[in-house]
Amino acid sequence: MPRLKHGLRMTDSPLLEAIDITKSYAGVRALSNATFELRAGEVHALIGENGAGKSTFIKIITGAVEADSGEIRLLGEPLADNSPRVSKALGIAAIYQQPALFRELSVAENIAIGLEQVESGIRIDWSERRSRAVDLLAQVGAKIDPDTEAGELTMPQQQLVEIARALGANARVLILDEPTASLSEEDTRKLFHLIRELRARGVGMIYISHRLEEMPMIADRVTVLRDGHTIDTRRMIDVDRQQLIRMMVGRELSAVFPQRQVETGEVVLELLGLGCVAAGIKDLSLSVRAGEIVGLAGLVGAGRTELARTIFGLTPADSGEILLRGEPVKISSPAQAIARGIAYLPEDRRRHGVVMELPISANITLASLDGLSRFGALDFRREREIAAQYTERLGIKTPAIYAPVSTLSGGNQQKVALSRWLMTQPSLLILDEPTQGIDIGAKWEIHALMTELTSQGVAILLISSELPEILGMSDRIAVMCGGTIAGILDRAEADQQKILALALTPALGEVDSTIRP
Amino acid sequence: MKLSRYKREISAALAYAALLMAVGVASPSFFSAANLSDLALNNAPVLLVAIGMTMVILVGQIDISVGSQFAVCSVAAGWLARSGVPVPLLLPCVLLIGASMGAFNGLLIGRMGLPSIIVTLAMLVFWRDALRWTTEGAWVQDLPTNFQWFGLGQAYGQLLIVAVAMAVLIGFSWMLRNLRQGRAIYAVGSDAEAARLAGIEPPSVIFNVFVLMGALTGMAALLNAVRFTSVPSNAGLGLELKAIAAVVVGGTAITGGRGRLLGTLIGAALLGTIGTALTFAGINPFWEKAIQGAIILAALAADRLIDEWRMRNQQ
Repeated sequence: MPRLKHGLRMTDSPLLEAIDITKSYAGVRALSNATFELRAGEVHALIGENGAGKSTFIKIITGAVEADSGEIRLLGEPLADNSPRVSKALGIAAIYQQPALFRELSVAENIAIGLEQVESGIRIDWSERRSRAVDLLAQVGAKIDPDTEAGELTMPQQQLVEIARALGANARVLILDEPTASLSEEDTRKLFHLIRELRARGVGMIYISHRLEEMPMIADRVTVLRDGHTIDTRRMIDVDRQQLIRMMVGRELSAVFPQRQVETGEVVLELLGLGCVAAGIKDLSLSVRAGEIVGLAGLVGAGRTELARTIFGLTPADSGEILLRGEPVKISSPAQAIARGIAYLPEDRRRHGVVMELPISANITLASLDGLSRFGALDFRREREIAAQYTERLGIKTPAIYAPVSTLSGGNQQKVALSRWLMTQPSLLILDEPTQGIDIGAKWEIHALMTELTSQGVAILLISSELPEILGMSDRIAVMCGGTIAGILDRAEADQQKILALALTPALGEVDSTIRP
Repeated sequence: MKLSRYKREISAALAYAALLMAVGVASPSFFSAANLSDLALNNAPVLLVAIGMTMVILVGQIDISVGSQFAVCSVAAGWLARSGVPVPLLLPCVLLIGASMGAFNGLLIGRMGLPSIIVTLAMLVFWRDALRWTTEGAWVQDLPTNFQWFGLGQAYGQLLIVAVAMAVLIGFSWMLRNLRQGRAIYAVGSDAEAARLAGIEPPSVIFNVFVLMGALTGMAALLNAVRFTSVPSNAGLGLELKAIAAVVVGGTAITGGRGRLLGTLIGAALLGTIGTALTFAGINPFWEKAIQGAIILAALAADRLIDEWRMRNQQ
């Protein structure tokens, strides 16, 4: 194919076409007659609820799975016998939410893998490997030393290395799967800048994200998938958020965030000058009342998760005070935190929120086993009843409560994790990115549940990197920067600009001086 | 539906049934009472160690020092008996010695977070050579006559050893399923960090499991020693392999978090029977180890196939 030159804009001839793709897993249709078209120099958003068929579609394009019927064409040529090796050689690259670098290898080596032909007996040209890495990193605007071990890089930096590697392989189709899910607003902005540059160079990009508000900023066209069908492809400027949501769910959501009218009660949690050297928290003061949702906003690295882990006893505080209902307490382990009525839904659901091998029922009761014991032995009948009760209340979709949690979808796993903490009847619930990477329906249900909990007097500390979620759910918003609170905003006065301005408070954090709010 | 949860135990049991049938056809005298009770007696100590090993593997660890611990406990039991400790007190003494060695492992692995394979490898060598140095290779002889208390002395006393092993098996089975601490073992073995976030303390769970492992090894050593007139100083050689093999053949995941003692019982029976079965079938018993190895590999492969089949069915 002729190399697309610098400055080439979106062309009309399709770069990649998917025609009538159908794929079933054990009789269940994941995709039925899905159709998609990507042009060179285009950012084409692909959206849909979890289970809509996005992952399957990507796997078919990259050759990880084979379609039952249908055809993929690259520049008009049918892609026969597709496999990860073939698609890579043809210039199709995918970048996933979790960067997949070799942590122990240097950045230059990571970039070299897959680009160099390994032939036995031929010496590795280290200087060439290094200079190519420098060149590619410069192309993505990353200031990274190619000799650094990949494991020492931050998540956004690792992502840049992956994009650099894709560029090195002359990728003309770049698939970005939830690239901003773990990025701060600032890193997201940098990534978008890079995406626009790649677009100008003629790279076609498939952009998958749950964050609809990003779409107008980055996408040229959008294709909506629902239940394996292509619903529609539109130009981004022709649709708004409401229309997209309607196309994704096939029904109108009354409001994106549930309305809440709750009288707040006594102060449940009060932090006075809290500090923890190991967690990088310093001189932090904050209070949460019964029935109140306090949102914790801030950039990645501002110390939000670290604060949650300190309150929960995972990295115990070494200065300042934690007061629960006015009483000073010392919390040095999660067991102590749970005993005091604190619950913590961790950020990384897949790894730590649930125990994958254990059944749903055992996962729900795991933090309340003392209360479930009768004469020292577990009361299985009550466990079944409780599990059934939460499964129904939270709408966990499963054939059986003794199925391992690993068989559930992401949203349902998150509901199991939440059920576990509801069963402990906490007075303070810390939610760390509770809706990250789950579909809109489940997201709405979790928001509704939070509302219900506050009406029962639960105090909620909500950590989220999605500003609309923070703005939509919180009574007050505490913005963190550099391990402490940069400012607290009321719901009425808060907006995205104010939050971002606080999150970037230069005096507080070690923020890169080139970044301006 | 319910039955499918036991598929790993069922496939091990089917393999065992096939073995018994083949031997029965080749040599019906295999099923004589004397032979069967011999089999059960020889394998009861292995079963006790395998019970502990099941919990160690469930919690995501491994203990390859049990053979050496077994030898230390055996010799200690002999010495204690010879120095006049009343026979009824031998059991608590040996349990304590075993539990102490287990506690040391548990301290290094659970509390300090050192890798269990290396810690127990070091202890395997340490206890074995410390014992060799202390005993200078001599067996413990001149045991008091009542040492064979429920051993050689009584005809039916021997079967008491089997009964004790079975009772321990049933007891631990019940505890793993019905106690909070049992549930914690599974949780820590599947995902220690997730268990910690749910308020479980993995270091103490792991510590406790190693203490139990040591105590069960001590019990196995005593029940084995009381059958003979002297205690060899090299007892328990290769015991760790027998125990780990029984656990794995019984369907417990070597990565932790999944498995049951019922499977371990079948695994121990299957591996324990092969040697004798070969003799009865007229095959050179030197093949025993090779066939045991093949069975372990077959168990792992079957495990993987079951998993893949399950995955396909889910999709």
